[in-house]
Amino acid sequence: MMRFSTLIKNPADWMKGSGPHSEIVMTSRVRLARNLRGFPFPGFSQEHQRIELLKAARPVVEELPEMRDGYSVDYTELSKIRKQVLVERHLVSREHAARTTGCAVVIDRRQSISVMINEEDHFRLQGIRPGLNLRGAYELVDRIDTEMDAALPYAFDGKLGYLTACPTNLGTGMRASVMLHLPGLVLLDQINPVIKAVGKIGLAVRGLYGEGTEALGNLFQISNQHTLGEAEPEIITQIEKVIEGVIRSEQTARAKLLEDHHTMLSDQVGRAYAILRYAHVLTSKEALNLLSMLRLGADLDLITNCDRSLLDLLLLEIQPAHLQLGAERELSPEERDVARAEITRSRLQGIQGPPDLPVSPSVN
Amino acid sequence: MKCDVCEAEASVFLTQIINGQMTTVNLCEGCSKSKGVTEETGFGLAEAFVGAAPRAVETSPDLACPSCGFTAAQLKKIGRMGCPECYDTFREGIEGLLRGMHKGTRHVGKRPSAIITAAPSPKPRRSSVPAPAPAPGMTSTITTPAITLKEETPAPMPPDINKLRAELDLAVKEERYEDAATIKAEIDRQTKDTAAK
Repeated sequence: MMRFSTLIKNPADWMKGSGPHSEIVMTSRVRLARNLRGFPFPGFSQEHQRIELLKAARPVVEELPEMRDGYSVDYTELSKIRKQVLVERHLVSREHAARTTGCAVVIDRRQSISVMINEEDHFRLQGIRPGLNLRGAYELVDRIDTEMDAALPYAFDGKLGYLTACPTNLGTGMRASVMLHLPGLVLLDQINPVIKAVGKIGLAVRGLYGEGTEALGNLFQISNQHTLGEAEPEIITQIEKVIEGVIRSEQTARAKLLEDHHTMLSDQVGRAYAILRYAHVLTSKEALNLLSMLRLGADLDLITNCDRSLLDLLLLEIQPAHLQLGAERELSPEERDVARAEITRSRLQGIQGPPDLPVSPSVN
Repeated sequence: MKCDVCEAEASVFLTQIINGQMTTVNLCEGCSKSKGVTEETGFGLAEAFVGAAPRAVETSPDLACPSCGFTAAQLKKIGRMGCPECYDTFREGIEGLLRGMHKGTRHVGKRPSAIITAAPSPKPRRSSVPAPAPAPGMTSTITTPAITLKEETPAPMPPDINKLRAELDLAVKEERYEDAATIKAEIDRQTKDTAAK
């Protein structure tokens, strides 16, 4: 199996690669909730029962062809910062990272698949792909789910489907979610009607790190809420249709910004570049919001020669646990703000700012 | 994110289903401790914030899952189940809840391979669970069967025809016609199998 440092050293394939609509859709993720017959759910079980399940199930997961040579760790052997790094990479959930004894996670080499053991359910299987590609993400988890099913007695009911700790996950146990970057709609103040419309069709809209988090950096997660009564492909098709609609709205908003609000747009992008390139203290919130503007500038060619994946990687590198991992010690919030500014300056070194527009003669 | 009680940074996040509505409560470490939120027990909290007690689960509060000892009262409080077998015990009580929560009340989609290849045998209600009785006076003690991975699991026994007939009668009496139809089909299939042998 792989070491933590080796896993983290390399960016996940979905961080580097680009997928359909990468300029607006960051990632597509699909997770499946699965449980074993005869065991109480982790939230109502005793420690020794969770350990027993972990001992029996972890080797099965580690030996799946997809997970071979991957990373596998018992949470009692993982520091708080390392756990948080995995959360920031969306490889484990916040809820799972908060647990310790009887919990483990197995991650494949490419950091595209993760299996959390003893989360709210016995297993949470997650697949992640770049861009709008829920089908691809589903294929990843569907395959390991089928393999796990061959070796483990899943709890399943003919009428209720896969049995889960919370009835909100019954049926398919599937949550499909898409992370969107929507600065155009936010700048034009058109985001709220979009969120409302998406909510009305039964989809949930959340911030960067899931439930209850703020939409920092103009990043929004859209996911299905219903899991019972519809098959997996139907759920995915429905979400993709909605997302395609949101993408069109964002494209329209960006075109309108270029056309009708060019000064405002150039101002936002220019300020973002200037602050990120030269600041010595950057809070997380400020950095995320400015990086969003820089990404928009790169997408609209106001900033040239800037690879989008460099910005997406930076978005991860400036998260609190990633900064502390790099420093190899715990950092106070103030120290983090300094470290964040430092890494941002260095990463943006080779990137040129937006071109100077000719100054109007009246100024001279 | 801020704590819902004080203004400190929240680190505990509780999501509960109350009357089919998802409710989230964010708490800082201090408040979560003072409100008694711990991994195992602190689930009644969202209820305290939202006020109204959920009415969706309408079973006797003493009804307990024979497999894990989880009670209807606990279900009502935390909105989650104790173990997979709880769904047999509390099936009727959550029907209404599911209707408000999902697109339908019947699963469509992927099934475990054992379910696809095996005959669609309807689960006898409440009796299908190998139910180790909880120790007297210890309702929340969970009895775990020894781990048996799939290779070692014996093939499911076909439910006894007489038992199925009783099930069918009960289903008709309770006007659960969809269940009745499934049970009827299973009886027919089994009688045919026997006749063929």
